[in-house]
Amino acid sequence: MNEEILTPEQVVERFAGKFGAGIHGTRIGERREGKKKNPNFDIWIDLERDLLKPAIRALIELHYPHLSVISGSDMGDSIRLLYHFTIYYGRVKGEYTVTFAVLLPKSDLSIPTISDLIPGAVFSEREKQEFLGVKVIGIPDSRRLFLPEDFPEGIYPWRKDDTGVPEGMVNNLWASKRPVDRPAPPLVEAPACEPDAGDKQAVQSGKEPGKEGGRS
Amino acid sequence: MSDESKKAPYTMNIGPIHPALKEPVMFTFVMEGEMVRDVDFAPGQAHRGIEWMGMRRNPVQIVHLTDRICGICGVSHTLAFSRAVEQIAGIEVPERADYIRSIIAEFERIQSHLLWAGVAAHELGFDSLLHLTWRVREQSMDVIENLTGNRVNYGIVQVGGVRRDIVPEQHRVIEDCISTYGGLLGKLLNLFLDDRTVSMRCRDSGVLSRQEALELCTVGPTARASGVNVDLRQDYPYAAYGDLDVKAVLPDQHLGETHGDVYDRIVVRLLEVGQSCQIIQQCLSEMPAGPVTAEEKVAKLLAICKKATGEAIGRVEAPRGECFHYVRMEGQEAPHTWKVKASTYSNLMSWIPMLKGEQIADIPIIVASIDPCLSCTDRVAVVRDRSRSILTKEDLHRLSVEKTRRLQR
Repeated sequence: MNEEILTPEQVVERFAGKFGAGIHGTRIGERREGKKKNPNFDIWIDLERDLLKPAIRALIELHYPHLSVISGSDMGDSIRLLYHFTIYYGRVKGEYTVTFAVLLPKSDLSIPTISDLIPGAVFSEREKQEFLGVKVIGIPDSRRLFLPEDFPEGIYPWRKDDTGVPEGMVNNLWASKRPVDRPAPPLVEAPACEPDAGDKQAVQSGKEPGKEGGRS
Repeated sequence: MSDESKKAPYTMNIGPIHPALKEPVMFTFVMEGEMVRDVDFAPGQAHRGIEWMGMRRNPVQIVHLTDRICGICGVSHTLAFSRAVEQIAGIEVPERADYIRSIIAEFERIQSHLLWAGVAAHELGFDSLLHLTWRVREQSMDVIENLTGNRVNYGIVQVGGVRRDIVPEQHRVIEDCISTYGGLLGKLLNLFLDDRTVSMRCRDSGVLSRQEALELCTVGPTARASGVNVDLRQDYPYAAYGDLDVKAVLPDQHLGETHGDVYDRIVVRLLEVGQSCQIIQQCLSEMPAGPVTAEEKVAKLLAICKKATGEAIGRVEAPRGECFHYVRMEGQEAPHTWKVKASTYSNLMSWIPMLKGEQIADIPIIVASIDPCLSCTDRVAVVRDRSRSILTKEDLHRLSVEKTRRLQR
């Protein structure tokens, strides 16, 4: 582990210098809040899939990173996986987030596991397998994580293509009416509030329906 | 079941349902007599697909969804999500709103830590302490209700600021509460930390080493109790924390050493209650005047969000640790991608090293020590010689209390 603390620009330069053309793009985000407007830095690095593990090794050389989570987007013909790390935690106002983003074409959704470098990553890798349909090569535990056992194979909830959640699987709770097959209540029930009746009342009391509050 | 199951080690399932936790977890223990040899767990019984729902709604609707991700840390998720959207849309939050956000977040931490302290006391069989902590917790809930209008699901944070100001009359309510807690904290520390039985049950039980905490990506008080110096309010200060010089609470500051056990987790959380009181006091005295939101009109706010393109991270130190939201927007009403990482998500894997080698009666307090509330000790099935005997949550709790009584003798 290196004791020297790099600035966000130096971190980006280090990766750009080390991996050259394998880096597709870098960006440093900055956010300042409060009265003193203290800056927080977010480093974003887009890279080749093959460079993911070498890049994480290079990051470990800087400072053993904390893996926040792996997130992923369906970009149409590819899946973009983002590995969100933080380095230099424990240093007052000196922590940066470092995000490595890799694009996986939908024809080959495989990515090596990083759990040999960061054991805690298994959890997030299992989630990406079931929610995005990527294949994590060498994952020590490939079981499902959050989805129920009876969830159909081949459906990945975060995908925006045909393998996403089909309309038929969605329960629109707002569209469900009050159940009618319940046993009679011990006391006589007050009539259910119908939206129309409510509107009528509002008109009678001089209020215009729909004027109050925002409509979504 | 094969004949193997007749011999030790036995397999024991705990869970998954417990009404107290947002995320019930199914545990499978491999037991050798009283000792836990191996642990496995399966979360997800309460996965509600909130990210999926959010990707079909606009940011103003989503803040009310994020309020409901967790019943305890509602403001943390909303704050993390709002901060991500504000960065994408280039919205500057007024300074006064930053301070109000910090004050609410600290009250949330106080009530969450006191709630947890009560649960911990209950698991150990100290119900008088449970009743004391939960009674004093009420005052912070009352203040939250006074400030936001609700005890839970506060609905106070909006993209661009907050929805209610803190008026001068409310300063007195806040100060009353802070001074009460100032007087109580010494008593609580004494009751928990100087009690011989508490230290006998919690010292060196459920140990998580610093190395394990780092490798398993642990966050919040669980990581700090293992000696990892992490606290977003110190390392990556957002809202008003950059003005306040918050220092992470570590067990060795109080005790001179770090064990990484259940006892250290109690130490860290109790000291953080005192720290939160100081932060609130400082916020109140330094709060600048001005507006509390960048854009009052929701329709205008929505129009700004709809034009936004880009991606950003919103991170917040929730009572249980880092709460992380990734948002990607592509000029549509709904975000293109939204990933929520709650703090317990990062802490669950630390259960495995904590529980290995411990006894059945220690399971409740160790499981509770990372503060998932007492998740899953609802129902335990002990599989032995093909016959199943069911231990209920009450049985397991009784085992824990009996162990305390044995130690007291």
